[in-house]
Amino acid sequence: MSEFLFEQRNTIVAFLIIGLIISLALSIVKGRRVMATERTDLVFGNPAKALGGWYWIITGMSFVMLIWFYFSWDAARAYNPKAANELCQVAKVESAIKPMRSQFPLDKQNLRGTDLIARDSAQLERINNSLQTLALQNSVKLEAAAILTSLHSALVDQANPVYMKASLATEFKSIAARIDSLTANFNDPDFPGQPTVAQQAAAAAQPGWGDTGKEIPVLATTPLGYRYEAIAAEIRLIAKDFVKLRNTSPHLLAQVADINSRIKDAKARFKADLNISIEEQEARTRLYSQLNKMLKRIDDGAIYPPNSLDDIQSSLVAFDKTHIAQQGSLKAFDTWMMPGGRIMAGNSACSEQGSGRWLPKPSDTLGTLMRIADPDIGFKDIPLLWYRWQPVGGMIAFLFPDWIAELVPGDYPRHTQNGEIKSNFKSNVQDFVTGNYESFSIPVPMGHMWDSIIRVVIGLFFGIILGVPLGLFMGLSRFAKGFFDPMVELYRPVPPLAWAPLILTIFGIQDDGKIFLLFMVAFAIMVISARTGATGTQLSKIHAAHSLGASHRQILRRVILPNSLPEILTGIRISIGVCWGTLVAAEMLAGTTGIGFVENVARKQSDYEVIWVTIIILGVLGLLFDLIMRAVITRTIPWRGKG
Amino acid sequence: MSDLVSDNLNMQFTTPSGLVVHALKDVSFTLKKGELLSVLGPSGCGKTTLLNIVAGFLKPTSGSVELDGKEIEGPGVDRGMVFQQGALFEWLTVAQNVDFGLRMKGADPTETAKKVDEWLEIVGLAGFGDTPTYQLSGGMQQRIALARCLINDPDLILMDEPLGALDALTREKMQSLVLKIWKETGKTIMIITHSVEEALMLGERLFVMAPRPGRLHKEYHLPFAEMGLTQDPRDIKKTQHFSETREEILSMIWDMEEEIMGGGSL
Ligand SMILES: Nc1ncnc2c1ncn2[C@@H]1O[C@H](COP(=O)(O)OP(=O)(O)OP(=O)(O)O)[C@@H](O)[C@H]1O
Ligand SMILES: [Mg+2]
Repeated sequence: MSEFLFEQRNTIVAFLIIGLIISLALSIVKGRRVMATERTDLVFGNPAKALGGWYWIITGMSFVMLIWFYFSWDAARAYNPKAANELCQVAKVESAIKPMRSQFPLDKQNLRGTDLIARDSAQLERINNSLQTLALQNSVKLEAAAILTSLHSALVDQANPVYMKASLATEFKSIAARIDSLTANFNDPDFPGQPTVAQQAAAAAQPGWGDTGKEIPVLATTPLGYRYEAIAAEIRLIAKDFVKLRNTSPHLLAQVADINSRIKDAKARFKADLNISIEEQEARTRLYSQLNKMLKRIDDGAIYPPNSLDDIQSSLVAFDKTHIAQQGSLKAFDTWMMPGGRIMAGNSACSEQGSGRWLPKPSDTLGTLMRIADPDIGFKDIPLLWYRWQPVGGMIAFLFPDWIAELVPGDYPRHTQNGEIKSNFKSNVQDFVTGNYESFSIPVPMGHMWDSIIRVVIGLFFGIILGVPLGLFMGLSRFAKGFFDPMVELYRPVPPLAWAPLILTIFGIQDDGKIFLLFMVAFAIMVISARTGATGTQLSKIHAAHSLGASHRQILRRVILPNSLPEILTGIRISIGVCWGTLVAAEMLAGTTGIGFVENVARKQSDYEVIWVTIIILGVLGLLFDLIMRAVITRTIPWRGKG
Repeated sequence: MSDLVSDNLNMQFTTPSGLVVHALKDVSFTLKKGELLSVLGPSGCGKTTLLNIVAGFLKPTSGSVELDGKEIEGPGVDRGMVFQQGALFEWLTVAQNVDFGLRMKGADPTETAKKVDEWLEIVGLAGFGDTPTYQLSGGMQQRIALARCLINDPDLILMDEPLGALDALTREKMQSLVLKIWKETGKTIMIITHSVEEALMLGERLFVMAPRPGRLHKEYHLPFAEMGLTQDPRDIKKTQHFSETREEILSMIWDMEEEIMGGGSL
């Protein structure tokens, strides 16, 4: 069933989106109609104006869902499942041509040669200027200045058509011609012909968009895709050939050789000279290494005469136009249906970038949820929420401390001569308190979700049963207030997470530490709310109870406690919220189970789907807790604020 | 012997800022069993303080109050109190409020239930037993407070402006109810009020108190409460005796207020 849903998810999503658009439109129409007929005597500011309005809830929910479908590209995938694969081929062309394009003023302002001349001559100038300030002998300075001048002419002579390497002109022509012919092929509807059977089989064998995770099928599967894939292969070769070209004319090579020997020469003389001050030694070492560096920059002949690349550039521009025109409606689809990012081609894979990547598709998120909700898979071998059979004996034993057995008089049984061990009363007691006996099993919940929930529940439970009495006591007794206030106020203002590293170290990173941390959180809140409740009791009620003959205990139990109930319940509600937040953070910090742990592992693996699943689970559980508390509050204290 | 005897009662409060307020000065009086006393006076003259001392919620600075020859040393079931408002336990139902005192004593539940029904009948709230108190009107709540106090069968009933927050009509009905209960049970009742008419109608005896320091200023013995048992209160109010007494007390209180306000200009 779930497999069928997964396979059909694109169709389901397609219909769902249409449904959402319709419900969005209908609810807006409904809302506007209600607005038009609404009583006009409700003035601005009257809270009754905000009552009801389920249709606006539908509007809001449809809106959020549509935004999600849209920005996660689920809508794109639903209506055009092959788009990503085709765009992957387009991206391949773009990444193949990139090394060549980057030499031209197409995506940036300047020709590469212009940039190089500007950069290197500025650097030569800087070295020249610094010469004056260095502690050098005059002869050395003059020599270095001469080398700098030669370096400069080696740099700028590359731009001179007179010195251009002879073979380059024809090679440039050939590259331009190859690009032109590729452009012609691009426009040819028959190019590159039918894919081979092997090609088709390989393409058909690959998993679809997002079938196994985040990746996009990398081999072309459509005619458009085949065309782009073939073009990408060709253009990659052309680009490779182009970037290999060098303007290493004999003139340049001679200049480089000359400069090289002059630097070497100067260095050798410097090494041989033994009466050079340390200061000058340092300056000269640095100077020669600078000169060498500049020579290395200039000697590779990366600069061409200003107009020599014009042919290739115009071929590239024509190629570009075709490349964009051939995408046709795919280009518009990419722009409008896959917002907030694009598809990038790497060496062996294509991937979504931008919102398509970090915002998982609702359908995939649901798939992931269903996958890890499956108790046989779970997350890190632990289900999200499941049950296991556990012997009752062990659970009963948990309630009794083991040392009870030691209190029983007598000794533990000793083996007899024939090696038998007979149990006696003392050993029976020990078996009972350690759960070491046969007992029937009952199902007990388990899993990441259960672990998180039970930690909150236990921490909260102890926080309440210890915090409420203390809070009431503090509200009624000057001693208790004065004595316990410093203790509570000493730790309460510290953000709970700041305690986490310490508490987890002391009590252990598993349940104990976390439960204690949550207990601390809940305890402080409960003390304060119970205290506020107790101090807020109307004196006349207490007087009334006194003159009706109530004892102190009865007043506490029958008047002060119920009177504090609204504050106590509000305190519990706040505690749940704070505990929940603290727990998740603590689970992220340390431990091996819990929803926070799941999210933390997913974060380390950049598994955005699991991250979103945990976010959703945490939100739903938090909401559930709060709804339960709200129901409890309306049920138990309907009289709140009406005394 | 079951009298309330106040002997030279003095009460001084020290405010947190160190100011000493002389709330009661040399208050002495005797209230015989079965008497109906109303206490009247300008705001701040110590009426509530006096009542709280009698109820045992406050200890006087000096002097003593005795009930039935025993000195009052704390709150007790022999003195029932009805407050101005808000002293009902809103988390309980009407019946649970009314039987609160009996439950605290651990009385027999069936007996208690019967008594509750009786009292609800008397205060005119039969059938409201299971209603949550917060759903009732102010007048109904005061009647419950009355029933809650009376079901305990106290010797002395203390009321601090019990009808202050009620509308005129409900108030008149409640006044008749108090008179009826006074007559039928023969209890000693001490009632504080702000309304001169109410003080006249509900007072067999009437104390007018004066402020700064709070003391007894004048005492009246009045026939109107007795008359109210048989006659229409509106007719009583029309009599000359009633209106003369009312005017006298009113001008007395006006004078006191003017003294406090520093000779106000009305
Ligand atoms: N706890 C207290 N601390 C300090 N001063 C107090 C305290 N209680 C009462 N007082 C003062 O004692 C005086 C008498 O107060 P009390 O409440 O008895 O007046 P009252 O006659 O009941 O007034 P009202 O008619 O407004 O209720 C007032 O001046 C008041 O400010
Ligand atoms: Mg008062």
